[in-house]
Amino acid sequence: MTDQELFDLLGNKFEQKIQNKTEFRGETTYEIAANNLHEIAAFCRDKLLFDYLVDITSIDNFGEEPRFEIIYHLYSMPRAVHLRLKSKVPDEAGAVDTVSDIWPTANWHEREIYDMMGIKFNGHPDLRRILMWDGYPFFPLRKDFPLEGLPSEMPDVAFTKVTPLEGGPFVTVPSTATSKDREPRARPPEL
Amino acid sequence: MLETRATAYDSKIEGNVIFTRFDAALNWVRKNSLWPMPMGLACCAIELMAAAASRFDIARFGAEVMRFSPRQCDVMIVAGTVTYKMALAVKRIYEQMPEPKWVIAMGACASTGGMYRSYAVLQGIDQLLPVDVYISGCPPRPEALLAGLMKLQEKISLEHSFRNQKPELAERLEEALA
Repeated sequence: MTDQELFDLLGNKFEQKIQNKTEFRGETTYEIAANNLHEIAAFCRDKLLFDYLVDITSIDNFGEEPRFEIIYHLYSMPRAVHLRLKSKVPDEAGAVDTVSDIWPTANWHEREIYDMMGIKFNGHPDLRRILMWDGYPFFPLRKDFPLEGLPSEMPDVAFTKVTPLEGGPFVTVPSTATSKDREPRARPPEL
Repeated sequence: MLETRATAYDSKIEGNVIFTRFDAALNWVRKNSLWPMPMGLACCAIELMAAAASRFDIARFGAEVMRFSPRQCDVMIVAGTVTYKMALAVKRIYEQMPEPKWVIAMGACASTGGMYRSYAVLQGIDQLLPVDVYISGCPPRPEALLAGLMKLQEKISLEHSFRNQKPELAERLEEALA
């Protein structure tokens, strides 16, 4: 079965539920709605043999509606085929069904998404923060959270302070200038 | 005729007796047996292990005894990035070390937060603990760690150990002998 036949199987079964399909340089991406996600994911694992969940990640499109996007990277070991599933989530109140009952590795990936973006997962066995500590009041990887952090205090557990950035993030600029001019140093955002 | 002779340790003149200052003796003992508490948090811990291994050999300085129990340690070597999540645990372990104790901040992350100017990294362990020696590097070579250890030994040799440890006794002795 070629890759194209595989994806056709998916496309034919869920015609109405797939919002978009893109293919770029051999990578196939399907955009689906969040409430169809669990069904399509179960079909991918059981019938199409996508048995390896490579990664789940999330994007914050601050300013767009819906705000968040969750991206699943699947891989089929017996067939050696990659697949990407994307679904847009309006905001953290729009909780998504967990896929940790389909691929157990999703447990920690979804905990990280909850910790960093605040998106909740329905039916997750242990949804709590994984990188920051329980009780940390912010979601750090959102676009409206500053790079230098916000002060917080949990006595006897942890504390955070604002990091001195001394004139802006230390970034380099892509250009054709010499590396001496491009070196990472504090650049005011206007330049 | 006056002759000066260097009196050796077991010379016929003095026998097996050395006269020295109590501070000097105490400092010599302390600086040559600094037992580290290896707070190895990140990549600098690898260089700490390398310094303890055979090629660079921290045992020459009496510091190969890396006991992971803070109760038995003299110097805490903070080697690696201190995140805010770990910071209070480091402080708790420091408080469990008995006096006299010193802290070496090894590497850029322990000294100032290093390349991680972000929401999750404590910008230097000196925001929580009193640091005696800072070692720069990312990671510092084992020789740099040994140089930092030697600098700490110099610092210890200049301390007023007796007066710091027993201030009332020192005062009473001073009054009595004055």
